[in-house]
Amino acid sequence: MIFDKNIQPTKEFIINDILLNESNTYSKEVAEKLTYIKRDKVDFPVIAVSQNSSSIISGTKNLTLFIENYLKEREIKAKVIEVGCIGICSLETFVSIQLPGKTRLLYKNVGEDNIIAILDGNFNNYIAEENVFGQFRNKMHEPYENTPYIDEIAYFSSQQRIILKNCGIIDPNSIYEYIAYGGYKSLVKVLKHCTHEDVCTIIDESKLRGRGGEGFYTGKKWRIALQTPADQKYLICNAGESDPGAFMERLLIESDPHKVVEGIAISAYAIGARKAYIYIEWEYDLAIQRITNAIQQAKEFGLLGHDILNSGYSLDIIVKKGAGAYVCGEETALIASIEGKRGRPHSKPPYPATKGLFGQPTVVNNVETIVNVPAIIDKGAQWFTSIGTAESKGTKVFSISGKIQYAGLVEVEMGTKLRDIIFRIAGGVPNNRKFKAVHIGGPSGGSLTEDHIDTLVDFDSIMLTGASLGSAGMVVLDEDNCIIDTVKYFMNFLQKESCGVCIPCREGTRRMYEILENISKRPKDDVGYTTLQRFKGVMQLESLAEVIKDTSMCGLGKKAANPVLTTLKWFRDEYEEHIFDRNCSAGVCQELRTFEISVDACTGCTLCAKKCPTNAIFGTPKYAHFIVQDKCIGCGVCYETCKFSAIISK
Amino acid sequence: MVNIEVNNQQIQAKEGETILDTLNRNGIKVPTLCRMEGFSPTGACRLCVVEIEGKPGLIPSCSFHVEESLKIKTHSPRVIRSRKMLVELLLSNHPDDCLYCVRNGNCELQDLAVELNIRERRISGNKSKANLDQSSPGIVHDPAKCVLCGRCVRVCEEIQSVSTFDFIKRGNKTAIATTMNKDLNFSNCVHCGQCIMVCPTGALHEKINFDVLLEMLNKKDSKVIVQYSPTIAISVAEDLGIRSGKDISGLINAALRKIGFFKVFDTTFGSDLLIYEQSAELLDRIKYDNGLPLISSCCPGWIKYMEQSHFDLMENVSTCKSAQQMMGTLIKGYFAQEEKISPEKIFSVSIMPCTAKKFEAQREEMTHKGISDIDLVLTSRELVKLINLCGIDVQQLQEEMADNPFNTRSSAGKLVSVSGGMAEAIIRTTHFLYSKKEMPEYKITKLRGTKERREMNIQIGDLNLGIAVVSGLKNAKNLLEEIRNGRKDLHYIEIMACPGGCINGGGQPFCSDEKVMKGRAKAVYDLDEKDGLKVAHKNPAIIRLYEKFLEEPLSVKANSLLHTRYSERDVLL
Amino acid sequence: MPDIDSILQKYPFVQTDNLIPILQEIQENLGFISKEALIKVGSHLQMPTSKIYGLATFYNQFRFEPKGKHHISICNGTSCHIHSNAIIIKELYKKLGIKSGEVTKNGLFSIEETECLSGCGKGPVMAVNDKYFTSMTVEKVHEIVNFYMQIENS
Ligand SMILES: Cc1cc2nc3c(=O)[nH]c(=O)nc-3n(C[C@H](O)[C@H](O)[C@H](O)COP(=O)(O)O)c2cc1C
Ligand code: SF4
Ligand code: FES
Ligand code: FES
Repeated sequence: MIFDKNIQPTKEFIINDILLNESNTYSKEVAEKLTYIKRDKVDFPVIAVSQNSSSIISGTKNLTLFIENYLKEREIKAKVIEVGCIGICSLETFVSIQLPGKTRLLYKNVGEDNIIAILDGNFNNYIAEENVFGQFRNKMHEPYENTPYIDEIAYFSSQQRIILKNCGIIDPNSIYEYIAYGGYKSLVKVLKHCTHEDVCTIIDESKLRGRGGEGFYTGKKWRIALQTPADQKYLICNAGESDPGAFMERLLIESDPHKVVEGIAISAYAIGARKAYIYIEWEYDLAIQRITNAIQQAKEFGLLGHDILNSGYSLDIIVKKGAGAYVCGEETALIASIEGKRGRPHSKPPYPATKGLFGQPTVVNNVETIVNVPAIIDKGAQWFTSIGTAESKGTKVFSISGKIQYAGLVEVEMGTKLRDIIFRIAGGVPNNRKFKAVHIGGPSGGSLTEDHIDTLVDFDSIMLTGASLGSAGMVVLDEDNCIIDTVKYFMNFLQKESCGVCIPCREGTRRMYEILENISKRPKDDVGYTTLQRFKGVMQLESLAEVIKDTSMCGLGKKAANPVLTTLKWFRDEYEEHIFDRNCSAGVCQELRTFEISVDACTGCTLCAKKCPTNAIFGTPKYAHFIVQDKCIGCGVCYETCKFSAIISK
Repeated sequence: MVNIEVNNQQIQAKEGETILDTLNRNGIKVPTLCRMEGFSPTGACRLCVVEIEGKPGLIPSCSFHVEESLKIKTHSPRVIRSRKMLVELLLSNHPDDCLYCVRNGNCELQDLAVELNIRERRISGNKSKANLDQSSPGIVHDPAKCVLCGRCVRVCEEIQSVSTFDFIKRGNKTAIATTMNKDLNFSNCVHCGQCIMVCPTGALHEKINFDVLLEMLNKKDSKVIVQYSPTIAISVAEDLGIRSGKDISGLINAALRKIGFFKVFDTTFGSDLLIYEQSAELLDRIKYDNGLPLISSCCPGWIKYMEQSHFDLMENVSTCKSAQQMMGTLIKGYFAQEEKISPEKIFSVSIMPCTAKKFEAQREEMTHKGISDIDLVLTSRELVKLINLCGIDVQQLQEEMADNPFNTRSSAGKLVSVSGGMAEAIIRTTHFLYSKKEMPEYKITKLRGTKERREMNIQIGDLNLGIAVVSGLKNAKNLLEEIRNGRKDLHYIEIMACPGGCINGGGQPFCSDEKVMKGRAKAVYDLDEKDGLKVAHKNPAIIRLYEKFLEEPLSVKANSLLHTRYSERDVLL
Repeated sequence: MPDIDSILQKYPFVQTDNLIPILQEIQENLGFISKEALIKVGSHLQMPTSKIYGLATFYNQFRFEPKGKHHISICNGTSCHIHSNAIIIKELYKKLGIKSGEVTKNGLFSIEETECLSGCGKGPVMAVNDKYFTSMTVEKVHEIVNFYMQIENS
């Protein structure tokens, strides 16, 4: 939001002329002001720096300050603002520069080392080729030549952005901009024209399904809570996002916190809750800071708090910092955690919608589910059902990472092919490596192979493959990754993160992990880990998985076996390779390595022979040594001790 | 009524009850592990799962309520396979030392393995490395054997309000531990042993002190003297193959002599002495209107709890030592003097239904010139083991008397085994001491029963006594809160740490259901009904003791030997 | 810096749902949860310390000893794992002689494995205090740790 002093918008202007104007047609004067608030037009250069946790990791925490100093030194009249994440984390940090009368130009891979050159260039009509990413489409201004429009770039052209619409574009710290971009209008509409029941009906008709993993119909859940009589009801926005490989909720909140606030407000209204919680991991400090700020601003604008817009409806949103536990993403565990207990799940029924937080009806919804709500209210249920597949409506945000060209956030229509997401949007596997698998859904998801690359991405199609949308984190593996190792990683995660209450999950995940560990190790001696035993272990994996799924209390346990089951199904030969050939062709399972001593390089220093725990290395001092393979357990000590790089690992 | 179908048969269930209750009432057994009678279900162990038509996954019957026309399968192959696997999972990293385990033979995990016909170790896991905690005088905690059912945590919190244990960490590191994972002796554990009573395996058990005893028994010129608690004679019968609910003091006397004890005393005598002293103390306090209500002090679990959590009420707690300790001082004092034995030569053993007594015997207050009054405490369970170890067939024995000079007892002294019994016995003697008349009817029904708190008023001449009885420290806590808030109508409060009193003590033979407990209580009351000597102050041996040695209740001598004071205890609460 | 008592004063009501926020605030200000803190919070909220300890050990956030002066967070998220962070973690452990959740004897370094730090595009990611390092390699581990060791030595 950038102005000259004389047209600085006031709170009253924003509320009365924009927010409460329900016709959506503005007088010329108001419309003109709007273009300025939205930064479609600017009077002096505006530099928008991407400031989110992903760009901070790129080392540009102080970039804003750096640029401000630059401007001060050169006495350039320009404004520096912060924006959220546009989506491609691999190319962070993004900086956009908008000169008066020109379109907004987006630069990638900016850092303190190259920003000066970029700015110098841009102010002098020279565009740093290697850093420019594209320009934003804007009919009002001259475009830059030879610079692609952002919406034409493959990464964005195949996406359909409802949830991420504002991300990377608006200033997350400014309620003015959010309202100028149409924000809080749905809240006003709901408070002015809809009963609680009406809102539930609209969401019901939109067939919105929860994005937290279960895919439960949101309207249905709300209605149960609405119809359960109680003095107090609660809405909890679940931004726990504890999947170790997902980051979309974090970036979403950092980039468009007001949308989350609006969504929460509407959802809370729908079930008649006067108190809402948003549960965010304590580590997400920037997200916490931005959402807290957004709540504060909304309060100042009378959009939260007591008697919102004279509707008689009051709402408080409380930010609850999670203390770090994957299982606290599970709704009953989440509730326990908010109540100040160990975050262990409880058996359902009773479902939270009838008996949840402090024993009152409580609706737990994922952030993304909630962010869909304002759009649905705004454009109607019909519009929403026109997007997506028969049973999965709307869009879905994924965080895609791993061995992929462009790691980041992707929002696609439900029913898009996996292939499009991985290859068209995210640019496929880099470095000419071969695509091996994509793991969807984090620890409770599954791995899919090249054969599934044409699977449609929606709740039911993914479920059919044995994976699950789960947390919607997508991790791409290439030929250098070992499937056993990946599954082992998830099993290790789960055995640590299980709440530890029920036997199948606590003991079962631990056993599965141990079995996987055994097959990625060389036999210790003749008795332990023999091929037969290792084979038996894998046979047990299947029956174990079945029992764990059948008997666990909560979703964590029920889905814990998914990674194992899907890979056993689709990567059986890799398991067999590990068990029978004791070989990991990707070379990841370190303990399956075999070692040899290069006769040429060995100086006969005897160091390795002294260190070898099983005395498998023989040789005379000053002459080349050799390893007796039968005795070698593959620990790699010799490899690490040799000063002459004479030990070769295979 | 709700109609459900179980294993293809129509069954009527009661509205609102759990599936498990329905099944049990209809003679269908379903294994359970985390469930505890009278507690809300946690649904943690998943052993009680059943198959319900139309539901994905298996449903834990302990926490699922019946609904109209459910179709349930309780022992389908899928269910049995799952249950079996669950137990196998528990066994997969269990230390394989069943043969050497205290619970060998009465372990719930063993029973489950038998029930589910587990015949091989199909799943082998890495053994858990956990430290054996032997630091506490009464209770040993062996986390390696823990199945994390959480029953100890719940007893300690919900019955005792002590919360020594809680779950710590999560996932594969989940464990049961005290604050900061400290050893038990640094914790606020009151050693009541209720956790042992609910532990399905050997993860919590009493500290076993056999070896010392056997050594002492065989040592030349040591005089090993034993006393046993009034409760023992009732509770161990079953485990020795005798009809339960019978007082078998005579047989125990005989058995203990066979084992080689030099003298065998019945602590009931000590109880009589305690009743006499405490009644006198009560009247004394009433006379000077000081330190009322008087709170009983015979339960060592309660005393430790008082020291750490309710020390502000210290002045109300009776100064009387417990019966065990009174006997202890008398044995090494009076008895040794009479028999001309040097006290150092005496090895004084006591057999108690209680793990906290092991702790009490070690207390500083309970030593005399560096010699503890009691050298060794065994629990009832250990007694059974000892008798078996020494190859004594109790059924073949003839009843024998306890030894002089403490060989007579009143049935009042027996009553103290049951919660409420101490109060009843105190009233009987107080009545006599105050009015110089015996009560017309000794039985006080209002103090009996299983209600969590029992209160009454009794008129003795011009004196109106208010009495309250609680057991279970949580109930005690609530009552003490009322006292703190200014409640004034009570004169005497009996507090026992274990719910139901010593008959349910932490050292007693394991019993799974409430019936056994009721049986034990009934046996005590029956005995009182039939006994000729129902009051402590008429016990001839007691009268003789005062004449010859103690002079009178609360005399200077009695005070120095039978009374003590406690100091505040600083533990992590 | 507020001490335990003044933090407790901010939460005047005996409500268990205050427990986690109180512990979080204590940790933010004092760096860890001390025994003293457990006792004070316990008596403030009328809760047994075992319950508080049980709760605090359940969550990743709480620690019971101070962090090292240079606190190293190393990402163990899925994407970083795929980018072979196992080797880097192992190297770091070896270099400092401690594991995740531990502190070196001299109190200078501590390590903590974290979940995705949302820098997946540039993994493996590591951070020392507030400073992030991307695309980590074994060599970089040595470089970075040596750098901080040198600061301490000079
Ligand atoms: C182990 C486990 C972890 C979960 N983690 C999350 C999470 O991080 N975020 C989330 O929104 N839902 C998570 N869920 C799903 C929630 O339990 C719940 O279904 C969801 O928040 C409901 O919201 P929705 O209806 O909007 O999907 C998790 C579930 C399980 C079983
Ligand atoms: S399934 Fe796992 S996480 Fe869920 S309740 Fe059971 S032990 Fe806890
Ligand atoms: S008895 Fe039902 S879950 Fe343990
Ligand atoms: S996995 Fe390490 S930054 Fe995402």
